[in-house]
Amino acid sequence: MTSDNDRRRGLLARLRERPAARSRGRRRLGAAVRLIAALMLAGGAYTVFAPGAQAQDNPQLTGAAAEGKALFDVSCVTCHGRNAQGVEGRGPSLIGVGAASVEFQVSSGRMPLARQEAQAHRKPPVFNDEQTRQLAQYIQELGGGPVVPEGDDLREDGNIAAGGELFRINCSQCHAFGGGGGALSSGKFAPSLHPATDRQIYAAMLSGPQNMPVFGDNQLRPEQKADIIAYIQETLKHDQDPGGFNLGRYGPSTEGLAIFLVGIVALVFASLWIAGKS
Amino acid sequence: MKRRKFDLAATPGKAAVGVDDRFAVATPLRKLLNKVFPDHWSFLLGEIALFSFVVLLLTGVFLTFFFEPAMTEVVYDGSYAPLQGTPMSAAYASSLDISFDVRGGLVMRQMHHWAALLFMAAIVVHMLRVFFTGAFRKPRETNWIIGSLLFWVGFLAGFTGYSLPDDGLSGTGLRIASAIMLSIPVIGSWVTSSVFGGEFPGTIIISRFFIAHVLLIPGLLVALISVHLGLVFKQKHTQWPGPGRTNNNVVGERMFPRYALKQGGFFMVVFGVIALMGGLFQINPIWLFGPYEAWVVSAASQPDWYVMFLDGSTRLMPAWEIPIPIGDGYVIPPLFWPTVVLPGILVGLSTMYPFLEARHLKDRKSHNLLERPRDAPARTAVGAMAVSFYIVLTLSGANDVIADKFQISLNAMTWAGRIGLLVVPPLAYYVTYRLCLGLQQHDREVLAHGVETGIIRRMPDGRFVEVHQPLSASNGHADGHGQLDYVGWVVPKKMNRLGALGPAIRGFFYPIEKPVEAPVSPGHPPVEARPEREEIGSGESRR
Repeated sequence: MTSDNDRRRGLLARLRERPAARSRGRRRLGAAVRLIAALMLAGGAYTVFAPGAQAQDNPQLTGAAAEGKALFDVSCVTCHGRNAQGVEGRGPSLIGVGAASVEFQVSSGRMPLARQEAQAHRKPPVFNDEQTRQLAQYIQELGGGPVVPEGDDLREDGNIAAGGELFRINCSQCHAFGGGGGALSSGKFAPSLHPATDRQIYAAMLSGPQNMPVFGDNQLRPEQKADIIAYIQETLKHDQDPGGFNLGRYGPSTEGLAIFLVGIVALVFASLWIAGKS
Repeated sequence: MKRRKFDLAATPGKAAVGVDDRFAVATPLRKLLNKVFPDHWSFLLGEIALFSFVVLLLTGVFLTFFFEPAMTEVVYDGSYAPLQGTPMSAAYASSLDISFDVRGGLVMRQMHHWAALLFMAAIVVHMLRVFFTGAFRKPRETNWIIGSLLFWVGFLAGFTGYSLPDDGLSGTGLRIASAIMLSIPVIGSWVTSSVFGGEFPGTIIISRFFIAHVLLIPGLLVALISVHLGLVFKQKHTQWPGPGRTNNNVVGERMFPRYALKQGGFFMVVFGVIALMGGLFQINPIWLFGPYEAWVVSAASQPDWYVMFLDGSTRLMPAWEIPIPIGDGYVIPPLFWPTVVLPGILVGLSTMYPFLEARHLKDRKSHNLLERPRDAPARTAVGAMAVSFYIVLTLSGANDVIADKFQISLNAMTWAGRIGLLVVPPLAYYVTYRLCLGLQQHDREVLAHGVETGIIRRMPDGRFVEVHQPLSASNGHADGHGQLDYVGWVVPKKMNRLGALGPAIRGFFYPIEKPVEAPVSPGHPPVEARPEREEIGSGESRR
């Protein structure tokens, strides 16, 4: 739609004017070329900056981690796969679970797993402390993740009363009021806390093993974790049960059993004895 | 002045005469003291409930001295360190004080709780005895109804008591109770807000439950127990059939002195067992449950055993909601059926059973003689059915504990309960019925053929036969069998019951009773001690 009138106007006006519409085909072609160029640029940049495939197979491991990798490649690789990437249908990837998770699972004997079932059971550990540390170091260096603080006593300065309240709010739903554990659905369960060490409880809260939720440092601050550990270790485990034999602390179910097995049985024998003396 | 001689031996008599002169009690007392009670161990089961009720009253009075039934918030500063500084209700704080700071408080609290469990257990066991022996039949239907009501009133007493300490467990129970009340169609929300004084938990429920638990319900229990015992007095106790016992008499011991002494002794035994349990077995450690907070629910939060069947029925009930499109829409929640309808049916069926059975059997006679369970197979089988129904529900009420401790899937436990609830009772009916018939048949067999002696005799023609000891002299039957009728009581089935092997030796550690010297009538020769017997052997000595 150019006309003579246009030519008479100034250059500026002509520049501001929309250029003559190109055909639809040319416009499409231009867009495709620009897209391909952008993609090539991004892909090229990625190839330049991304680590090479060689680097993934041989990460720079420290000495302990290398020892851990050796152990891993013998005992864990069947289910967790090469480089702990996991095997479909057998074991999850361990990238990012952190040393805390390894420490909990291995030191409590849950890993290596005895068999595939709803949940791992506690059993005597297969690896000693040194080996557990090496495995933990390996997994930590592979993918990072939460780490349990140093030391065996993680309940220093723990406030038992505060810990008790936190325990009742956060833990007793599954582990029960006495820490004896409880059932979850389909064969899963919350285990008894009585054999657990400070480090294992801490690691469990950090890593959320099995069906347990994660209580990261944002949910429970480290000093609150110390309070909870203090309550479990000092009150639940060392409470002397002022009322006598605690019947397993299973609540009213064993109390009901006791009244029949002890009370009613004793008194039925007493009535047999009394009625027999006639 | 001559001193009057004080005759000690005559004092009680004189005092009694003095009392009788003033109150004229000799005649009614004589009747009372001479009242005869039949003697059988199973008649003492109800007394266990009665005596544990007495213990409940005694320990309960002690506890009220120290319990503060208020929900005002206080900060605990008692001697249980793990709760110090924790805000809680005054009720919970005073329960903790009873447990830790009142001298003897914990043992009293535990005795009270064990006595409550025992009270309910003894009621149930006594009820089973009454049911399986047919003691509820005419004329005692009223007492059966009162007994069943005693169970339900005891149930309420137990539940209100369970709620009083206001710990995590009792609060969880109360929350469930409020949910049950809410599930009642139409009136649910009104009932709940009237009971709790508004929304759950409110601030009034502990004081309300307290007055119900220490005054209203015990009053009702005392009233029902008095009527129950009064009716036993009035209608006289049932007895087993046996020599000299008929439908129209009572054979047994006089109230005084033997029966009264035995009962006194039995009270001491019941008290002792409760005290032992209170001192040895920890029950309801409220300090571990912590104060009740709506967001705190522990695993293994169960009610006491006699409520557990309702917990079980709730766990087994599928989540079937019934929407009713009236007005804004209305829903009958699934909780309504297992916790309101089911107990309603159970109350109705259990109280009305005597009339149902009499109607079914067209039986309008009075029965003062008991029936052995085997002699009424249908009733025994129905009872077994009811018991198995109750047991499946009760086990399901604890199914999370069972699943966890026996490492079974909780889902499997739930399904086992659902299927078991439908399958086990009919199975129990069938098995019990067959067992009863088998036992009946064996009784008749022994009456007809005699007791098995274990002696095998070889006949001249080479046959072997077992020698039976007939129970009665032959009366002309060719095979040497006498004819005895079944009288509804134990048929001797072992040789020593017939005197062939001498009586079993009594006493826990050493024989305490010599064989009774039989009174010798002049016409009979004196009874000689039985000759020493030797084991029958081959004749060869091993030495």
